[in-house]
Amino acid sequence: MTTITKNKIADQILGLHPNLNKYQEIRKNSKAFLQDAGLPAPKEEEYKFTAISKKLDQVIKNFGPAHPADLDQELVQKEVFEGFEGDLLIFNNGIYQSELSRFTGQDYTFKVLELEEEGELGKIAKTEKDPFVALNNATFRSGVSIHVGRNKQIEKPIFLLFFNQANKGEIITPRLYIQVEDNAEVTFLENTVSLNDAPYFSNMVTEIKVAQNAHVHYSRLQAESRKAIVVNNFETDIHRDATFTSSVISLSGDMVRNNLTLNLLDSGCEGNMYGLYLLNGKTHVDNHTNVDHTKPHAESNELYKGILADQSRGVFNGKIFVRQDAQKTNAFQQNNNILLSEDATVNTKPQLEIWADDVKCSHGCTTGQLDEEALFYLQARGLAKEQAKGLLLYAFAGEVLEKISDDSFREFVTIKVQERLGSSF
Amino acid sequence: MLTIKNLHASIEGNEILRGINLEIKAGEVHAIMGPNGSGKSTLASVLAGREEYEVTEGEVIFQGKDLLEMAPEERAREGVFLAFQYPVEIPGVSTTNFLRTAVNQVREHRGQEALDAVKFLSVMKEKMQLVEIDQKLLSRSLNEGFSGGEKKRNEIFQMAMLEPTLSILDETDSGLDIDALRIVSNGVNKLKTPETATIVVTHYQRLLDYIVPDFVHVLYKGKIVKSGSKELALELEEKGYDWIKEEAESASV
Repeated sequence: MTTITKNKIADQILGLHPNLNKYQEIRKNSKAFLQDAGLPAPKEEEYKFTAISKKLDQVIKNFGPAHPADLDQELVQKEVFEGFEGDLLIFNNGIYQSELSRFTGQDYTFKVLELEEEGELGKIAKTEKDPFVALNNATFRSGVSIHVGRNKQIEKPIFLLFFNQANKGEIITPRLYIQVEDNAEVTFLENTVSLNDAPYFSNMVTEIKVAQNAHVHYSRLQAESRKAIVVNNFETDIHRDATFTSSVISLSGDMVRNNLTLNLLDSGCEGNMYGLYLLNGKTHVDNHTNVDHTKPHAESNELYKGILADQSRGVFNGKIFVRQDAQKTNAFQQNNNILLSEDATVNTKPQLEIWADDVKCSHGCTTGQLDEEALFYLQARGLAKEQAKGLLLYAFAGEVLEKISDDSFREFVTIKVQERLGSSF
Repeated sequence: MLTIKNLHASIEGNEILRGINLEIKAGEVHAIMGPNGSGKSTLASVLAGREEYEVTEGEVIFQGKDLLEMAPEERAREGVFLAFQYPVEIPGVSTTNFLRTAVNQVREHRGQEALDAVKFLSVMKEKMQLVEIDQKLLSRSLNEGFSGGEKKRNEIFQMAMLEPTLSILDETDSGLDIDALRIVSNGVNKLKTPETATIVVTHYQRLLDYIVPDFVHVLYKGKIVKSGSKELALELEEKGYDWIKEEAESASV
């Protein structure tokens, strides 16, 4: 694809999204960036395995914004999993819906981005980082900013539930900005529901500030429709002695790209990244993770696992950057894949750049088939082949599932994973 | 109980078993011995249904049914048990975890009622004593970080839980110290009934001091070249396999 095509898409999107009067500066800069750089071309290293611009060109027929779909309390309630008691934030094609949301009176503050300008927005996920961040900056229409004050322990999780539907393949641009101040603790859960099977492009940006000694968990389920094209840019600034843990479980979609960046900005902080992708059909999921160790005595742990059937494709790119100052860094990374079909593909690439000399860093990746010997062993004990397969795959996936900190959400995701392992594999 | 007739089997085009004939009756213990590479473990694997092996000729009848027609899990449910020479490690799956499913599959097949969690646990506790195995071990990932002795005891524990009619012990004694060997053999002996039979595949006569066979068969180049009583094992211990090889070679000329 030429520059003309990639700019064509960016220009079309920009042309069809009306100017809004807030966030003028960031929008202006982002537009200028996009008009210059365009969306990623297929040969660009960062998007080498995930030709998202080409996909958009083929699938998306209307590059305008998706307007809110018909959504009511009944539809919403169907998607609230059993055992959930916390706060519920509903987004309809990326637009925050106050009348469908629910609050339990927990102590944090909350802004709707289109009503009240969030001055810090765009300071963590910077425009020039990724063209899709710039695109989100230039075009987002709604979203929320959440502020958890100093020393606040938010006991029940905050569930961000997104409903997507674009009948002509329009664009959905969700935006989140979260600040968790010193010593505060909070858990976020996220799920996206496709209301029908029509294609759409969801281009989301999430920014999280985890201030000194704060602790944040963020678990995300991706089980969108087979036609959904999704790009998520998720970036966190993690300050001194703070911890941030991300779990991303991907089950479906057409093409999904997750950019996850953890900036470990000071000593004593910890960043954990866990991921599971369970793919079949032609689903393509690309997890690009990036952890930046800037100061001494910080730790990062990463475990991504994939099970791929049919013609699905998984991409894992794990970058660990250890700057010269970041002595005594501990950074661990692991990516394991099981291919269940000859037509399934995995591209995995650890990318370690280490400039400090007194660090412990390890990485490993494996890709293989289901262990035939283990399968035979279980059969020889009386388990049917399918049952034995399911058990082995579930055991493989379980190591990631157990990292989801919220019990009810873990249970909810586990059931989805078990359903998948019991049926289409 | 088990009739093996002219069994030929090969792996990747190499013929390993070249006409095995064997008749096993209920209540009997048969030892299969032989030098390395003679086909002992292949025989055990073919009986349990390992897919890599291709049976090219012959038949195996188990309690009136064609064993070779059955999938490995059907054989297990019919009452065939293989104690693995190299028990596999399965991360994330504990013995307790899969064994309840396995036991209930087997019970269902035999028309018995499924065991609920409480009953299963009490049966488990009883059988654990047989092989002196700790419950903690059974809750850990299967065989991961187990010692050699623990792995083999776990095999015999599973055998006790599944109550097979025909048990095949594939070099269960290899690598065991004398204490572990005694525990394992003791377990096997206690499980012996007039209705069940055991095939003991071994390289060492030592095991047969503990599990006393009714018959000893010597396998060489994929055939049973000599059969006898337990005294044959002692003779092999003393004289090695060379005389058997010579006898076999001269007989085949």
